[in-house]
Amino acid sequence: MKKLVFLLLTTFAGLVFAQSLTGAGATFPYPLYAKMFDEYNKLTGIKVNYQSIGSGGGIRQLSERTVNFAGSDAFLSDEQMKDIKAKTGATVLHIPMALGAVVPTYNLPGVSKTLNFTGPLLADIFLNKVKTWNDPAIQQLNPDAKLPPLPITVVHRSDGSGTTFIWVDYLSKVSREWAQTVGRGTSVQWPTGLGGKGGRLVAGVVRQTPGAIGYVELIYAKQNKMPHGAVQNKAGRFVLASLAATSEAASVVLPGDARVSITDTASPSGYPVAGFTWILIYDKLELVTKSEAEAREVVKLINWMLTDGQKIHETLDYGALPDVADARAKSLLSRVTYQGKPIGKEIVGN
Amino acid sequence: MTRSLTRGPTSFMYRMLGDRFFAAFVVLLASGVVALALLMAWELYQGGSEPIRRFGFFGFLTGTEWDPVIAKQFGAWPYVAGTLVTSLGALALSFFPALAAAIYAAEYAPRWLASIINYLLDLTAAVPSVVYGLWGIFVMAPWLREHLYLPAYLLAAEKVPGLLPFLGNPTGYGMLTAILILAAMIVPFTAALARDAISLVPQAQREAAYALGATRWEVMLLAILPLSKGGIIAGAFLALGRALGETMAVTMVIGNSHKLPYTLFGPAATMPSVIANEFTEAVEQIHLDSLIALGFYLFLVALVLNLLAGWVIRRQMQLTKGVL
Amino acid sequence: MNRGLRLRQRYLRDRVMLGLVAVGTVLALLVLFLVMGYALVNGLSALNWDFFVRDMKPPGETGGGLRQAIVGTLLVDGVGVLIALPFGIAAGVLLSEYPDHPLNVPVRLMADTLNGMPAILKGLVAFVLIVKPMGGFSGLSGGVALGFIMVPIITRATEGVLSLVPREIREAGLALGLPRWQVILALVLPVARAGIVTGVLLAFARAAGEAAPLLFTSFGSPFLETNLLKPIDTLPLRLFQFAISPYEDWHRQAWAAGLVLFAMIVLTSLLARWATRRRL
Repeated sequence: MKKLVFLLLTTFAGLVFAQSLTGAGATFPYPLYAKMFDEYNKLTGIKVNYQSIGSGGGIRQLSERTVNFAGSDAFLSDEQMKDIKAKTGATVLHIPMALGAVVPTYNLPGVSKTLNFTGPLLADIFLNKVKTWNDPAIQQLNPDAKLPPLPITVVHRSDGSGTTFIWVDYLSKVSREWAQTVGRGTSVQWPTGLGGKGGRLVAGVVRQTPGAIGYVELIYAKQNKMPHGAVQNKAGRFVLASLAATSEAASVVLPGDARVSITDTASPSGYPVAGFTWILIYDKLELVTKSEAEAREVVKLINWMLTDGQKIHETLDYGALPDVADARAKSLLSRVTYQGKPIGKEIVGN
Repeated sequence: MTRSLTRGPTSFMYRMLGDRFFAAFVVLLASGVVALALLMAWELYQGGSEPIRRFGFFGFLTGTEWDPVIAKQFGAWPYVAGTLVTSLGALALSFFPALAAAIYAAEYAPRWLASIINYLLDLTAAVPSVVYGLWGIFVMAPWLREHLYLPAYLLAAEKVPGLLPFLGNPTGYGMLTAILILAAMIVPFTAALARDAISLVPQAQREAAYALGATRWEVMLLAILPLSKGGIIAGAFLALGRALGETMAVTMVIGNSHKLPYTLFGPAATMPSVIANEFTEAVEQIHLDSLIALGFYLFLVALVLNLLAGWVIRRQMQLTKGVL
Repeated sequence: MNRGLRLRQRYLRDRVMLGLVAVGTVLALLVLFLVMGYALVNGLSALNWDFFVRDMKPPGETGGGLRQAIVGTLLVDGVGVLIALPFGIAAGVLLSEYPDHPLNVPVRLMADTLNGMPAILKGLVAFVLIVKPMGGFSGLSGGVALGFIMVPIITRATEGVLSLVPREIREAGLALGLPRWQVILALVLPVARAGIVTGVLLAFARAAGEAAPLLFTSFGSPFLETNLLKPIDTLPLRLFQFAISPYEDWHRQAWAAGLVLFAMIVLTSLLARWATRRRL
């Protein structure tokens, strides 16, 4: 039955060759990608359909080979890479595309000053160990603020997401207790708090609930004019998230495959809760494309996103790639082949 | 012999073969329905077999730990409990209004009004889940928080602080909000079956009761409700089934936390809501399999509920026949 | 005296109960009115011509419409009807016209169970059956998922309508010497046609509002797509994604999408009512 359906449909699919590509994954870069693909469509007539189903979803769909490429804010673990290699014989390339920061956002009536947080304090709040806003641990960091005796309501994402990944990745690095009891992943077992599906609900609940604290991407906080706190980095400075501070955090030595976590950065003026967002593709594109022409279109698209596409970043408050990362991204893309043909090299040019 | 078979337009062969073919055709297509359900059960069982094997059929059901990261331990109890509480709560809240609507439409209302009520009930069932959810997150949850939860919470804080741990954090997104929106959504399922059951009660029953001098309510109580009890209960079962499986609207308002114990205003989670939340995000195989296993349990529950509803209706029909 | 008082008490109780029943009815329908009201008020302000003739814009840009989702909903839902129709009607015919067939018990049970299953699980099955072997999301797989939702509804609706067809019609046909299959095809089904159409339309309306099963099947797309083998956008999916997004403009469009969806469903059900009123 399955086979019959499959046969019938593939014959059909072969007949209909359309200039369209499909991607899925991370929600965080969705506004950026949507804008990019809109521009790309005007430029080339090629329809790129990117659906923001979440980073984990993107990774899963890529491993099910239902999409041409995936978007993700979390990189694959060594185990996952091995798994996919065993199943398909291919490697998943992580091509860095943009930078993002995740900020603690809160709702405290009567407090207009930006609050300071440290990593361990945030971990304690999200572990439900610090329960009220006038806790000495918070007061100590913010001597000038008049903190109300409100109970703290923790708000987190209920759907697994790359934003969550960056946030808990940071908490795992700065708090041993967090690393041991909760850990990091796109969805974790939250010790406390309220879960909102999607960034909007987290933002919405925080805005409506006095005493709430949550985490959202910097752009969401900016667009919705939500107060967000400064976080102390490794060098001991309290840094308010900004594009510059995010890029600063990313100026680290990149490993060869660009799979790197830049949270808790050692850079002295870098913002510590930041991360790359990647486009994931197979190095053997025949796994997810039906013809060489289609495979070429995938590479051309990603190459465009790394060159002309990068101009769109700033207008939408995304951090553009630092030069090191950009060069690494292009060299990764040039590894792409189609049935052994080095189409990546031909298109990227080196 | 063959001659007698082919004689006339309605020959034996023609009739027999035609009937055979037609029946076989109908049976073939209809068995597609059964095949589809079995296929679904099989896919869900197959997909969910690993966690069920690893944690045990009941161990999976009663485990309280759902930790996809550190322990990789999957227990469905927080979701099972959330599903039970929200759907039973919704049923309890919606049962009497639904019954009232059914009684009013079937017995009291003038014809034109009854047809409008029936139409509106159908419409209530037809409004998409996402539209309820949209209204829930933008209108209902903030309103409830402002006008019900917060005042209640403050009042309790002042008068009976002991209640506070049961009330939970009044953010607007939580268990009670989910119960309320579910209650509104399942009204038509109870109402429709109750209405049908009531209108199936033979006219003679009513007339006999009226002839005894009963008031309208007494007729209802003595003659109609006892005879339509089966349909009403079956309707309640179906409504319960609908509440158990409701996904989108609940996910949007329930607050999505599986931290036990649940509180009245605080966040909770249900089996469908966790599937909707985590299905696209489950990267680890065992996590995904556990979500599918939840689906398998949902399938079993839906099956049992429908068996129960069918049993109640059949029993009631026999009872009614016995009375007549 | 005593009797008069008791009688008055009984009448009073009658009144009170009638009042309670009326209040209960209003309560039962209250949320529907509220939802309709809000959808109307919020949706109308975002509705304009562009909504129907333009495709969606990237986030952050205002304007644009949801043409691709409206067309997609009709397309995917239509595929669902085509898939569900033969199975649903056949199962309904079996239940009503062959009441003693041994398959009836499982068919009825499974139809009801299917009807009670969360729609998201039907999407899951469609994903395994169509999306994975085809290697990509498609409107077709969404149609299959919606078809799964419609089958039990059409089955039970067909059965219900056929059982309303008077016995005499069948008996007359059989007495004329018509074989059973002709009685069913030529007499019973045509008489019940309007009712069956109603059932199909209701199934259509019900499926039109489903978002959950389309998440991993028809997938969505920002472009107008009529190729069933490509991802296709649908209104409920788009509404859901807009509702949980952080953009004001998208929230407005979500309300408009809700209103359009609502209008589509009301129209379909009115059409269904009109169809039944004319016959049977």
